[in-house]
Amino acid sequence: MDETLLKTPLADEHVALGARMVPFAGWFMPVQYKEGILAEHKYTREHVSLFDICHMGEFTAAGPGAAEALDAALARSVADQKDGVCRYNFLLNEAGGVIDDLIVYRMGAEEFFIVVNAARIAADFAELRKRLPASVKLENLSDSMAKFDLQGPDSTAVLTSLGLDAAALPKYYHWGKFELFGLDMLISRTGYTGELGFELYFDAAHAVDVWRKLLACPGVKPAGLGARDTLRLEMGYPLYGDEMDESTTPVEAGFGAMLKLDKSERVFVGSDALRTVPPKKHLRGLVLEGRRAAHTGTPVLLNGTQAGTITSGTFAPSLGCAVAMAYFDASAEIPADAEFEVELHRAVVKAKLAPLPFWTHGTANPKE
Amino acid sequence: MDKYYSKTHEWVKTDGEEAIVGISEYAAADLGDITFVDLPREGTDLICGDSIGTIESVSASSDVYSPVSGTVTAVNHALDDDPGIISSSAEGKGWLYKLDNIDPTEVDELMSEEEYAEYLETL
Repeated sequence: MDETLLKTPLADEHVALGARMVPFAGWFMPVQYKEGILAEHKYTREHVSLFDICHMGEFTAAGPGAAEALDAALARSVADQKDGVCRYNFLLNEAGGVIDDLIVYRMGAEEFFIVVNAARIAADFAELRKRLPASVKLENLSDSMAKFDLQGPDSTAVLTSLGLDAAALPKYYHWGKFELFGLDMLISRTGYTGELGFELYFDAAHAVDVWRKLLACPGVKPAGLGARDTLRLEMGYPLYGDEMDESTTPVEAGFGAMLKLDKSERVFVGSDALRTVPPKKHLRGLVLEGRRAAHTGTPVLLNGTQAGTITSGTFAPSLGCAVAMAYFDASAEIPADAEFEVELHRAVVKAKLAPLPFWTHGTANPKE
Repeated sequence: MDKYYSKTHEWVKTDGEEAIVGISEYAAADLGDITFVDLPREGTDLICGDSIGTIESVSASSDVYSPVSGTVTAVNHALDDDPGIISSSAEGKGWLYKLDNIDPTEVDELMSEEEYAEYLETL
């Protein structure tokens, strides 16, 4: 392997389980285990899978003025976020471009936990440090903290079988502090699969032990980044680097309504640009005819001319066809029933717009 | 029938001027779950070394090269509906196509099963 790749504490565990290891965002990560992406994908939708997500980054921001400072630093309000709630948020540049998409966990008015993308840890830390006053202590816990995602409709049953009280488990996009296997853990009801699931944060020194104990629970199987990608794409969730980067705004990526730009006068880094510069492109979902995946950068043609560009695509195991996300020029008029053509190796396949998410039977937040 | 392998991981079983072609178990395992196969049509004349098809998995795409020249006499259409057959039986039920009029001298250039096993050790 490439000696410069970073390893999570579980690299040897993955290899021992027969995982195929690949470089991802600078890390040596499992793309799949022995059963393969399709089986892991299906198992997550129907049962419960365990993902090693230790490569992602975690910060704490704590001290007087933390809520106000984060509110000004991030695109969605932190000031009106309640304690115990997780909120999907964006760190933007002055032009409204996305430096990173992240999740802010509010622990109190002066204490926050922030989860960021692996490849953006250094950039986010430097940028947040600049934006927060000296009274707010920003700490990078990424090297010492493990993150496991337990995802699938049976994930609640796994946690209760380990002694946690079902009624005490966090609700959708909430977090709580728990003791599991005798360790202090922060557990949130969040994830990247569209299914009911939890994200577990704890001291990385115990990562191997917790990994083995969770895999020893009846019904829990490991799943790799391959299934994580097919699961997130079926949900239309963006992946930083594919659907979002510093030249793309959250409005362009489809999160305009979430920002409530016209409903408040909140000022944050990037708000001027978002309020004054119209979006240049719009992210849309495409369903392709057949099973072939269209890859990043593939042109989407309408009547023979390029109308859009694929940002990511895959065969969607739960749907049985290929799906993709693509940016279309904001000035282009695209009829809802437009019939596109996507040129793949040796073939041209037809594609149509489809609402996101592609997969609408997810159990992440069932209507109760 | 004798079986030979190419450096691009196709196998070919030959009997006189006829041959069956597929991809090796190593190549199938490397691709992962196979979701799509594009194969040459019956009657097509293939030239040794040409890229003649595509095999795609959930996350990867790979060209198939013809290990020998010849005329396609049959294509494994079972793969159209269930390309996963290649993942489970790359060197059996997952064969790709059959050829006639092959050039036996091209077969001499390929690796035997033992040579291919040694070749895989070097990768």
